[in-house]
Amino acid sequence: MKEKLEQIRNEALSQVKDCSEVSKLSEIRVNFLGKKGQLTNILKSMKDVAPEDRPKVGQLVNETRAEIEKVFDEAQLKLQRALRDAQMKKEVIDVTLPAKKNNVGHRHPNTIAREEVENIFVGMGYEVVEGPEIETDYYNFEALNIPADHPAKDEQDTFYINDKFLLRTQTSGTQVHVMEQGKLPIRMIAPGRVFRSDEVDATHSPSFHQIEGLVIDKHITFADLKGTLWEFAKELFGQDTKVRFRPHHFNFTEPSAEMDVSCFKCGGSGCRFCKGTGWIEILGCGMVHPNVLKMSKIDPDKYSGFAFGIGLERIALLKYEIDDMRLLYENDARFLKQF
Amino acid sequence: MNTAMSWIKAYVPDLDCTPQEYLDAMTMTGTKVETYECLDKNLKNIVVGQIMSIAPHPDADKLIICQVDIGKEKIQIVTGANNVSEGDKVPVVLDGGKVAGGHDGGPLPEDGIEIHNGKLRGIDSFGMMCSIEELGSSRDYYPEAPEDGIYIFPADAVVGSDAVEALGLHDTVFEYEITSNRVDCYSVLGIAREAAATFGKKFVPPVVEVKGNSEKVEDYVSVEVVDKDLCSRYCARVVKNIKIAPSPEWMQRRLAASGIRPINNIVDITNYVMEEYGQPMHAFDLDTVADHKIVVKRANNGDKFMTLDGQERELDSEMLMICDGQKQIGIAGIMGGENSKITDNVSTMLFEAACFNGANIRKSAKRLGLRTDASGKFEKGLDPRNALDAINRACSLIEQLGCGEVVSGVVDVCEPLKDLKVIDFTTSRINELLGTDLSDDVMLKIFDSLELKAEKTGDGYKMTVPSYRQDLEGVADLAEEVARFYGYDKIPSTLPSGEATTGKISFKQRIENKARDVAQFCGFSQGMCYSFESPKVYDKLLIPEGDPLRNAITISNPLGEDFSIMRTVSLNGILTSLATNYNRRNKDVRLYELANVYLPKSLPLTESPDERMQFTLGFYGDGDFFTMKGVVEEFFDSIGMNKNITYDPNAGRPYLHPGRQANIIYDGVVCGCLGEVHPEVCDNYDIGTKAYVAVLDMPNIVGFASFDRKYTGVAKFPSVSRDISMVVPKEILVGDIEAMIRQRGGKMLESYNLFDIYEGEQIKEGFKSVAYSIVFRSPDRTLTDDDVNGAMKKILNGLDGMGIELRQ
Repeated sequence: MKEKLEQIRNEALSQVKDCSEVSKLSEIRVNFLGKKGQLTNILKSMKDVAPEDRPKVGQLVNETRAEIEKVFDEAQLKLQRALRDAQMKKEVIDVTLPAKKNNVGHRHPNTIAREEVENIFVGMGYEVVEGPEIETDYYNFEALNIPADHPAKDEQDTFYINDKFLLRTQTSGTQVHVMEQGKLPIRMIAPGRVFRSDEVDATHSPSFHQIEGLVIDKHITFADLKGTLWEFAKELFGQDTKVRFRPHHFNFTEPSAEMDVSCFKCGGSGCRFCKGTGWIEILGCGMVHPNVLKMSKIDPDKYSGFAFGIGLERIALLKYEIDDMRLLYENDARFLKQF
Repeated sequence: MNTAMSWIKAYVPDLDCTPQEYLDAMTMTGTKVETYECLDKNLKNIVVGQIMSIAPHPDADKLIICQVDIGKEKIQIVTGANNVSEGDKVPVVLDGGKVAGGHDGGPLPEDGIEIHNGKLRGIDSFGMMCSIEELGSSRDYYPEAPEDGIYIFPADAVVGSDAVEALGLHDTVFEYEITSNRVDCYSVLGIAREAAATFGKKFVPPVVEVKGNSEKVEDYVSVEVVDKDLCSRYCARVVKNIKIAPSPEWMQRRLAASGIRPINNIVDITNYVMEEYGQPMHAFDLDTVADHKIVVKRANNGDKFMTLDGQERELDSEMLMICDGQKQIGIAGIMGGENSKITDNVSTMLFEAACFNGANIRKSAKRLGLRTDASGKFEKGLDPRNALDAINRACSLIEQLGCGEVVSGVVDVCEPLKDLKVIDFTTSRINELLGTDLSDDVMLKIFDSLELKAEKTGDGYKMTVPSYRQDLEGVADLAEEVARFYGYDKIPSTLPSGEATTGKISFKQRIENKARDVAQFCGFSQGMCYSFESPKVYDKLLIPEGDPLRNAITISNPLGEDFSIMRTVSLNGILTSLATNYNRRNKDVRLYELANVYLPKSLPLTESPDERMQFTLGFYGDGDFFTMKGVVEEFFDSIGMNKNITYDPNAGRPYLHPGRQANIIYDGVVCGCLGEVHPEVCDNYDIGTKAYVAVLDMPNIVGFASFDRKYTGVAKFPSVSRDISMVVPKEILVGDIEAMIRQRGGKMLESYNLFDIYEGEQIKEGFKSVAYSIVFRSPDRTLTDDDVNGAMKKILNGLDGMGIELRQ
């Protein structure tokens, strides 16, 4: 019995040793350890063993089984590893091959600038509203305190449809539409397309975009205008941005100002980008003119407000250092892909 | 507007600052200085020298050797100039000095030109005599300078003194950007007043005093203003015994710095006063004025008139003319006539200072194509009070400079002057507007520095506004004056207090954002196109004559035909852009645009048109009709439009391939179209490949869109799928089959999927083979064969009724 076990053990070990395939190995395993395997068969002959020897023989069989199982497990692990290793080696790739891109499209730089500005103001509680592009003379001029014979209305600047209708030259008219609705307080911005009779060149386009802003409430001050637009400038150009307000003139605001931001190229020390001044002109703004409030039936003794207008193309050109405005309307894919 | 610092200092004598300080300070108080130029920037070590002797050069015919006295010594200079003589006083730049430019008057080098001792053809030369061009100016401003040669000083120039000083070139010219409301600042006095207030210095305007002779102007001239609506004031004075001569140096230099060529004393005085007071003036030769009578009236249509520049102009009945007793002698406010202009032989002259209607002058100048310095000033709308001051100033200069004898009195035809404006204000209201806490004292000092006098009333103040400050109308304007001179930079920065408001974008804008997102994820980049285009676009797009799309809004003053109508179809923009890309050999280009078309409700336009946002997509290269269809459906899915979309191939779009186009219909409403661009249209746009487009009409789509989402359980029970294969008459659309499957599938129908479509061999002529996999599922149990068979039978019956054969 003992010899027989020894023989089975040796036989098994030698077969395992010679085996080089996982599938063959499990065949061998079944052959020795399976339900009908050699070792199981040995157990069947236990009845021939003297009862007093049975525990001893049983122990011997179990030890043999354990030993064979261990060898099988080790061999199997080794073979599987070898197989995996071979597979890994075979599957080596050149990771520097080109990427398979999911060719997504791109937003227009103007839209990116618009969304940035919108998000800043929406975060400050402003509603985004829109107004018509073909506007009446009243909304584009008269209600904004630009009287009939004002040079700003000159045909040189404005595209007219007829006596009443024109292509809006500014988004400011949208202010009037909102004010007329009579819901106060107002905090709004109005992005949109505007038109002026300028020939196309590197810095002009007969059609461009503005964002108009308007706040009307009780106790709105020029200080609030400064604070709000400084906040905006910091969000758009970085927290270190400084702003400078210079007196200016717009018909629909009084006092009026132009806002410069510290040059984001040189930080204000002066460079070619800011023509040595350290400042870059960004927007026009001011306190809403009392005549404008009155015309929209808002009492200028009770309410005050401020307004501002931002040229989107200007922001886009500055932010992305685009040197020719015509690129914005050409729609060359190689240009658009960069944003 | 350009003005020399020396001129400003004439009225603000205590002004003492560097040009940069001046630029910064003036800009911050609202008189924006664009730039400045120091006239002596590159002029160094230049003195007045006197030529003592001239000898020929031994080795060069064209050179001469001059011995020049420069005060403390005598030096030798070799020159090629041929206009100098012994005794002449000339500018001499010494060794190590600098001049501004070359003698040819070309563009000035940034850093000037350095001059050193040297030899000319072997003879030592210790400096250089200069032409006016080398000194950085020109004969336009120094008319006495020779055309080609060394500048020669008047005999009284001091030898050895600073030549730059003698030429009046130690000066700085500032260029201002004056805002349109500050009409008063289009004048040297106006700017000087601002400068005085900015720097806290005293403002000293010129003292105007006209002695006049013993005669009366009324004996010389009468004035009649017929068209008072266009001329609110006409002042005339007469000067006799005129002595035409050059004006003094200082006047010439100041005019030159303003870009005005000195001519003679009379012309220069009119120009000088125009710059100084901002009031254009005109001088007529009184001997040419028939009947010694001035009549101000409109011209007649078609009148011809020769202006003093020798051009014949055609007039119309809205142009205001200055006439004498018989004829027209000047276009009011724009230009005088050839027939009455001042010549060197003038003996008696009529001075005019008037106030014309600004808008009328602007329009007339435009129609004539003749914009002059004078019309540029008038069109801003001048202060009628200024006219009288200006004409008196001019006459006082005539007397001061000894140019003639001023006849006493002024003929002044004037509409009643408007009362001076009075503004009542409180300082607390100004503080309220500015967000400041300034004392009355601070504000009153600011007003005072601007010569604005405020008087105390009960609880506030009353200000009588000087007539030249047309811009001051109310408290807000006074607040601006305070803010400007207190300093915009000193006003605090705060955020608005008060009721909180909700920041938001509209639903429409959210849908548009989705459109951009989906387009972008599908590989489309955003383009931007013009809203106006050429009417030829309709031909390019094969839109037939008489099609309502051709009813476009026309711009009355377009930049040209190519920009003359407001687009009614969005395709031209995207096709033009695709063509640009195609011709630049860009591969696989996908573009989209979100912008309006403009559909008139009536023409000519009497009410606001319908501005409809169009989501237009276009591509060429990789992809086909169904690629574009996929984008459309992705977009509809993303905005909650998950009902069935139908596609009507009979879309009738002339710009699309007749067999490859469809209207996109959602809930019975046409929401747009898509298709392959008609090959002829591709040819018209020079796109040499197939292109596909989709146009979605956003107003209709926004109506259907929704961001509401409701969760439906993820199926727990297995699905059952059945495949069917059919032979279908060719004209039956797959969409019709699907409609039948939907209609008959019952509530257990989950999905259906076309997995094969085939035409050709093995399929009889006029038929196609179509195969579907149809999936059924119940949310609450596992389906049995019987369940599915029942539903399938209904579907098959339905299909059978359409003439479809089932393939076994």
